[in-house]
Amino acid sequence: MAYVPLADQDDAHALHDPHSFVTKYVWSQDHKVIAIQYGAIAIFVGLIALGLSIIMRLQIGFPDTVSFIDPAFYYQAVTMHGMIMVIYLLTALFLGGFGNYLIPLMCGTRDMVFPFLNMLSVWFYLVSVIILLASFFIPGGPTGAGWTLYAPQSISHGTPGHEGGILLMLISLAVFIVAFTMGGLNYVTTILQARTRGLTLMRLPLSIWGIFTATVLGLFAFPALLVSAIMLALDLVLGTSFFMPAMMQLGEQTSYDGGSPILFQHLFWFFGHPEVYIVALPAFGLVSDVIATHARKNIFGYRMMVWAIIAIGGLSFMVWAHHMYVSGMNPYFGFFFATTTLIIAIPTALKVYNWVLTLWQGNLRLNTPMLFAIGFIFTFVHGGLTGLFLGNVIIDIPLADTYFVVAHFHMVMGVSPVLVLFAALYHWYPKVSGRMYNETMGKVHFWCTFLGTYAIYLPMHYLGFLGMPRRYFEMGNTDFVPASAQALNANITLAAIFVAVAQILFFVNIFWSLRNGEKAPGNPWGATSLEWQTPDTPPKHGNWGEELPTVYRWAYDYSVPGHKEDFIPQNEPGEEYEKTLHKSGGYS
Amino acid sequence: MSQTSTIDTQDSNPEGLTGFVKDWSADKQTYNVPWGKAMMWIFLVSDTFIFSCFLVGYMTVRISTAEPWPLATEVFALSFFGSEPIPLILIAIMTFVLITSSGTMALAVNYGYRRDRQKTVWLMVATAALGATFVGMQVFEWSKLIGYGVRPWGNPWGAPQFGSVFYMVTGFHGLHVSAGVIYLLVVARKVWRGDYEKKGYEIVEITGLYWHFVDLVWVFIFAFFYLL
Repeated sequence: MAYVPLADQDDAHALHDPHSFVTKYVWSQDHKVIAIQYGAIAIFVGLIALGLSIIMRLQIGFPDTVSFIDPAFYYQAVTMHGMIMVIYLLTALFLGGFGNYLIPLMCGTRDMVFPFLNMLSVWFYLVSVIILLASFFIPGGPTGAGWTLYAPQSISHGTPGHEGGILLMLISLAVFIVAFTMGGLNYVTTILQARTRGLTLMRLPLSIWGIFTATVLGLFAFPALLVSAIMLALDLVLGTSFFMPAMMQLGEQTSYDGGSPILFQHLFWFFGHPEVYIVALPAFGLVSDVIATHARKNIFGYRMMVWAIIAIGGLSFMVWAHHMYVSGMNPYFGFFFATTTLIIAIPTALKVYNWVLTLWQGNLRLNTPMLFAIGFIFTFVHGGLTGLFLGNVIIDIPLADTYFVVAHFHMVMGVSPVLVLFAALYHWYPKVSGRMYNETMGKVHFWCTFLGTYAIYLPMHYLGFLGMPRRYFEMGNTDFVPASAQALNANITLAAIFVAVAQILFFVNIFWSLRNGEKAPGNPWGATSLEWQTPDTPPKHGNWGEELPTVYRWAYDYSVPGHKEDFIPQNEPGEEYEKTLHKSGGYS
Repeated sequence: MSQTSTIDTQDSNPEGLTGFVKDWSADKQTYNVPWGKAMMWIFLVSDTFIFSCFLVGYMTVRISTAEPWPLATEVFALSFFGSEPIPLILIAIMTFVLITSSGTMALAVNYGYRRDRQKTVWLMVATAALGATFVGMQVFEWSKLIGYGVRPWGNPWGAPQFGSVFYMVTGFHGLHVSAGVIYLLVVARKVWRGDYEKKGYEIVEITGLYWHFVDLVWVFIFAFFYLL
């Protein structure tokens, strides 16, 4: 039986508006409300992670000056900072926040395909966050095993939080995975099955391509984390020996026998490496749209950009063991994974070239989102280049577990996605809130954040070359680290505090502008993609009023020669211009 | 070029690679199926990754453990009325029951599309009953093993991981079957009430997809745990 697509269904135009406050804003099934709920929770836990990073930096920069930071608390701060940033902030904000907001709008549909499931997703996410934060209030506190939770130390005596913090962490992760799966199934199905008339996959904005591929990665990678969490929890609670070898603990033989610690690392990184791209691919997509819009140029090499996203997504499942060069696995494995790791640099570099070529001779508008997007290109190139060092076994081994690694991954998957988050938050703020943000405050925020992150992470590369190990509470008598390193560490800490305080500007800006900002027009940036063409700003329930939009062109018709404006919205009928005929810039 | 010239709007669906390319270059939707069915397929691929990770974990611990692995033929043997123990007899019956339930499910899908509600409901209830029987026999098997002294942390015959993976993987699969039984009964009740008269009976097929998947997973568990 042939199935009628959404855009052709008779009741595609029927609207069922929620009326009471509770159904509108609390138990809402509207994707826009769910997106804001996701975003609010994610930014809230993100602030906690930011506070934890300052606690870490205080100890490293000024040892023994803050009395309440003991070794256990330091390790707990390290662990919770990492886990919250990677999973509960970045994954949730990119996919739960921006995915939810943008997918139905950019695909020209009224909502996700299963709004109820979508609502469950955000509430499960809230439960997982509550379980995670609850571990701060139990005896022993949260786990201090490092965000990788490596067995056997994560569940052994001596690791902070082995009393219960680790169990809450594993439960919280499992609940998060359930939440993500419910949301992720919705995102993928909506993108594949519920697009509007005329919207082919190759006319989608790159934001959707990034979110789509990242969600697919998530659906295939989170199972490995779920399985390793279940097995680790069984080792902890029931005394099974999946990951636990026979070992001594507190001078006594444990009951564990014959488990495989390497298995945990393999399972964890089979999730953990795609996770890097679950965070990075939506960032790639969003930044492409921000750059093209504010450079008034079509994105350079759209098709290559799409295929690069897909190639990166595919390759990301074949590189996981480059996190394990020093784990003692077979050296031939190292050779294989170094090769695949360097291959993944090709599509990634291609994307960077294309962003730069999009900027080339563009009619650049250096407003806040554009500044953050350009800042992202800098930090991403920087972090990417150090990745080439660490991807090679022979260079990685001396650099493993030093501050070089910390600098690398913070540049490439900490700072870079966060800069894109800010770019995207500023870029879509007028659509979400209906108000313009304060441009001056935004620019100050950018420069403080951008220069501040360099002040934090550039010196860390140097510290790493000195051999300064990461995750150490105190340095002790290490001759190879000169005394001057301490001065550098103190400076890094001051820079970190400066950047953290500068984020106040962002919150002041968005909350102040919510009431006092200038009223935003429907399409303040002159952007082409569908979300800027909604009849109302912010879009009402159902997004499109009476009629779903029809798409006639791709999402990047900027500065088309001979057209009355320097952009053509996707839903404007008329000639589709040959993509190859675009002159680069020049027409303003 | 106008919109219609770039998007092929023909309704024919060619086979092979041409059809594949046509599906993926279309607007509106990629697959000509309802949302629920597309979503179930994607979920099942994701679930496949879960079970694959479990099985890979099982293979790894079985290889890496130093102690001998208990012999499946001896552990999973059952004697009737004082006879010689018959190896794998219970598992054979369990597998037969589960595969049979796949048959009744397939019939239910067929009768659903024929809009024969009564037969559909009864076949779905039969499927659920067979599934429940399977879970019941699994409980019996677990109680037997617990009686022999098999625990998640150790057993009388050898590697402690034997009990760990056995309870974990069959337990996880048993949860899937139990969830499937509930799912079947819920959908069967709605079919009985006639909730799908307007929407069509794809939901029976979607339920069936899940059920066949659970069966297929069992085939792998059966092979890896009992035969090897």
